[in-house]
Amino acid sequence: MEFPDDVYYTTEHEWLRLEDDGLVVVGITDYAQEQLGDIVFIQLPDLSDVVLSKDEQLAEIESVKTVSEVYSPISGKVVKVNNDLADGPEVLNEDPYGYGWLVHMEPSDDDPTAGLMSADEYRDLVSEGG
Amino acid sequence: MSAGVDRGPEKTVFEKGSPGRCGLDLPEPGPLPLDAKLLRADLEGFPEMSEPEVLRHYLRLSQLNYSAAADFYPLGSCTMKYNPVVNDKVAGLEGFVASHPYAPIELVQGNLRLLRELEEWLVEISGLASVSLQPAAGAQGELAGIKIMRAWHEDQGKPRSKVLIPASAHGTNPASAALCGYDCVVVPVGDDGLVSADAVREFLDDEVAGLMITNPNTLGLFEPAMGEITAAVHEVGGLVYMDGANMNALMGVARPGDMGADILHVNLHKTFSTPHGGGGPGAGPLAVTEQLEKYLPSPRMVEKDGKLDWEYDRPDSIGPVRSFYGNFGILVRAWAYMKACGGDGLTEVTRMAVLAANYLRVRLEQDYDLPCDGPCMHEVVFTDKKLEGGVKTLDLAKRLLDYGFHAPTIYFPLVVQGAIMIEPTESEPLETLDEFADAMIAIAREAREDPGKVKSAPLNTPVARLDETRAARHPRLVWKAEESA
Amino acid sequence: MRYLPHTPTDISHMLATVGLESVDELLVQVPANLRAQQALGLPDGCPEAEVLERAGELSTSNSILPSFQGAGCYRRDVSSVVSAVLSRAEFATAYTPYQPEVSQGTLQACFEFQTYVALLCGLDVANASLYDGASALAEAVLLSLRVGRGRRRVLMSAGVHPAYRAVTETYLRGSGDTEVELIGLDKNGRTDADLLERALGDDVAAICTGYPNFYGVIDDLGTASRLARRCGALSLSVTSEPLALGLLRSPGELGADVAVAEGQGLGLPISYGGPGVGLFAARQQYLRQVPGRLVGETRDSNGRRGYVLTLATREQHIRRERATSNICTNQGLAALAVTTFLGLAGRKGLRKLAALNTARAHQLAERLASEAGLAPVFSAPFFNEFAIEVPDSKHWFENCVQHGVVPGVRVADLEGSCADGGENRVLVTVTEVNSDADFDLLVSTARQSMAA
Repeated sequence: MEFPDDVYYTTEHEWLRLEDDGLVVVGITDYAQEQLGDIVFIQLPDLSDVVLSKDEQLAEIESVKTVSEVYSPISGKVVKVNNDLADGPEVLNEDPYGYGWLVHMEPSDDDPTAGLMSADEYRDLVSEGG
Repeated sequence: MSAGVDRGPEKTVFEKGSPGRCGLDLPEPGPLPLDAKLLRADLEGFPEMSEPEVLRHYLRLSQLNYSAAADFYPLGSCTMKYNPVVNDKVAGLEGFVASHPYAPIELVQGNLRLLRELEEWLVEISGLASVSLQPAAGAQGELAGIKIMRAWHEDQGKPRSKVLIPASAHGTNPASAALCGYDCVVVPVGDDGLVSADAVREFLDDEVAGLMITNPNTLGLFEPAMGEITAAVHEVGGLVYMDGANMNALMGVARPGDMGADILHVNLHKTFSTPHGGGGPGAGPLAVTEQLEKYLPSPRMVEKDGKLDWEYDRPDSIGPVRSFYGNFGILVRAWAYMKACGGDGLTEVTRMAVLAANYLRVRLEQDYDLPCDGPCMHEVVFTDKKLEGGVKTLDLAKRLLDYGFHAPTIYFPLVVQGAIMIEPTESEPLETLDEFADAMIAIAREAREDPGKVKSAPLNTPVARLDETRAARHPRLVWKAEESA
Repeated sequence: MRYLPHTPTDISHMLATVGLESVDELLVQVPANLRAQQALGLPDGCPEAEVLERAGELSTSNSILPSFQGAGCYRRDVSSVVSAVLSRAEFATAYTPYQPEVSQGTLQACFEFQTYVALLCGLDVANASLYDGASALAEAVLLSLRVGRGRRRVLMSAGVHPAYRAVTETYLRGSGDTEVELIGLDKNGRTDADLLERALGDDVAAICTGYPNFYGVIDDLGTASRLARRCGALSLSVTSEPLALGLLRSPGELGADVAVAEGQGLGLPISYGGPGVGLFAARQQYLRQVPGRLVGETRDSNGRRGYVLTLATREQHIRRERATSNICTNQGLAALAVTTFLGLAGRKGLRKLAALNTARAHQLAERLASEAGLAPVFSAPFFNEFAIEVPDSKHWFENCVQHGVVPGVRVADLEGSCADGGENRVLVTVTEVNSDADFDLLVSTARQSMAA
């Protein structure tokens, strides 16, 4: 299982990556995709209503017989969604930290990574049983 | 497969036939009285087949199915009992099938008399005051029932906002409540699989419109606190909706109305023997207390001077939930079943269904984990906990197919992990129950000795394990020539 | 009881295994205060012959007369092949295909059904069926409300079958503040385009058009769709005589986003109005919002083609209170009847049958006009039913019935029918079942009853 060092982790098994332009990329972790099993569909936010508070529903991820909600790890505005997932939901299983990203957000807080975990901390959490 | 021959996949009708063939002989219609701009160019994509080709195609498809007539279907909560053949004969009588729903009422008194008798029998079995036969299925009965709950509360001043639903409930319950604008509040189920009156009281307040409860519940256990629970709900002004999916356990034993249920649907395709048809049509009659009668779907049958008629002018009714009066052809079948069984026969049905479930419970409890000990009603729930070799419920289900048995209901109820829900019904002879138990035990042994075999099941079915992920990722819901492979 | 296999010996054996002496000991799970106090008060059971005798009495106390009734339920000549297929216990007594490996027959038939429905409606996807046309419309309206988040008005043509409108109202009760606005018909029998245009707004979720409408009129679905698009609403097409779709331009071609229909007229008997089968087709973009069962093509582990239930995450057993609908199944066997019927009719036969229906209906309309002075009320083109107006329709109707023919459906008898001065209207339906002798009988009776 992968735990890259260049992202921050949440207890809800999401990751955040800070980009140079101040935007934040959000996705789900390798552990999360493994738990979900074969992912078949990802419902991403509609770009017409895009301002979310922390913990508001950001996306829905469906496997064959379950639906899981993804909550926004930060407050902010969604500026881009990964439309490629519509035609290839399997990318989320195959490359959760790369091509399987979900959205780009413009954070409304100064320090969007406050309180999030490092790779080592997250690895410990997962090995304790999530 | 027929006579043991594997013919390979059956092509779709869209790949069969040949231009110029037709399975209907029709007179020439003559010149069309409609302007060409109103008409479609063609029915491109439709097949062209002769009558024997069509018959052969569907008979071959039929041979790819398991069915309750040919195989034991121990599907929990589905009540796959024997569907008497005479029922189909009755439903096919010319006077019934050729009667029009808008026929002048004096021409269809036979239909109405039959429906009246069926209503009366269901009133007696349910212990409630009135029955509507209109809902087309259990889920539609539920929808109508919760609409009635809401209408009643509106008349009391406010609709209220919440419906309580035990965690063990069918998914339809919360879906129906949500369709009626209610928030669903989940009542936890105890370790014994039962809903306690205290657990319900925890959530009771004047925003609770009612409780939806299934009894016996989806673990096959009778809810012994039902009387106390219904009294508590009534105390805060709420109503009790009982899901009658499991009525096969109650006929002649207990009546929902006597237990405090205000609204009940029954599934004629479960308890009352009408065929499942691979998904329908079913029927979901709705029974209610006297005070709720005025809300039942319109039209209602009324009797004046010995003549039966439909009354549409029902100002308090929630309105109709489907066109006409219900799935008449299904109602006729249920009538024939009840007529054949009579009160004593139906009571015996329940008693034998309960005995058969308990027999399987005892025969399997050595090899399969029983999450709730002790006697059950008409169905019994095991788990895959005792299975070795990493064999899961799904693997067991698929392996049973190889033994010639349909799988039980699996992964339901959700409150039990890896659930295996078995409902033998009253229809299966002792030998079949034993063969099934032997197969279950043999698979538990295979899991110990050769788990790989169990996990790769089914091996003897018309197709091997199907790729559901592929189907869901790239849905192909209609046949297209360019995509066929 | 002949349906029960258990002999006293079997019962003793089973009880001994369970470790009990009597079945009553199992039933002590039910507390005494909840136990039934007396035996079920139903008549005694009886042998098969007696069931048939009583059923025979009831069925023959109905009278089946030559009839011109339709209005959502159509008499049709159906090949014996359809009943032969439906009587196969492998189809009739199978459960919902949860175990696809042993349900390929049911699943492939559903897949074929979905394909036919999509083709007939001219839309991308179709489900495996809903209960009936009326509840299919209700589900389509609910879909439009989910898609058009915040939109709260539904524009409903008065040409939509009154029962379908009533059922939709029932489904909408208590689920938010949705308002259904009835749009009247113009004097030709089509939805009044001016009224429709005036009612448009950015709060409209759907425009519902009968196609053909309740009066048999081939409504202007294209205009309704154009107006829907203008305000961002969905165009819903509603059909109660599905045979019409074999001849007329498809709803999809005329811009409908969702098409619903009652499928009874394609292979099911009228059977006092049920069971029917709801057809539901939609554009691809609404797939995730479609209610009900969907069957998809896939492969098995050996690479062989097969079918499964799919996209189940929309449904109640997974998404529970957030499901697209509370429906649990389709109308399996009824859908199979439609599938078989359409296979027999096929590409040429269905069109020809539809053409025959419309041709015969026009012949009767002309005869009623010229020989009985009863011209159709509406001048717009119609498919196989048309409204006539007779003075004192109740009396006239009863007179016809007394002379042995049911002339149609009195519109005033229907629940929720529009009270727009149409209380003397009678809807006359013609299908291929109606013979020339039926025509003669109706025309002569109609004339006499007018005079009476």
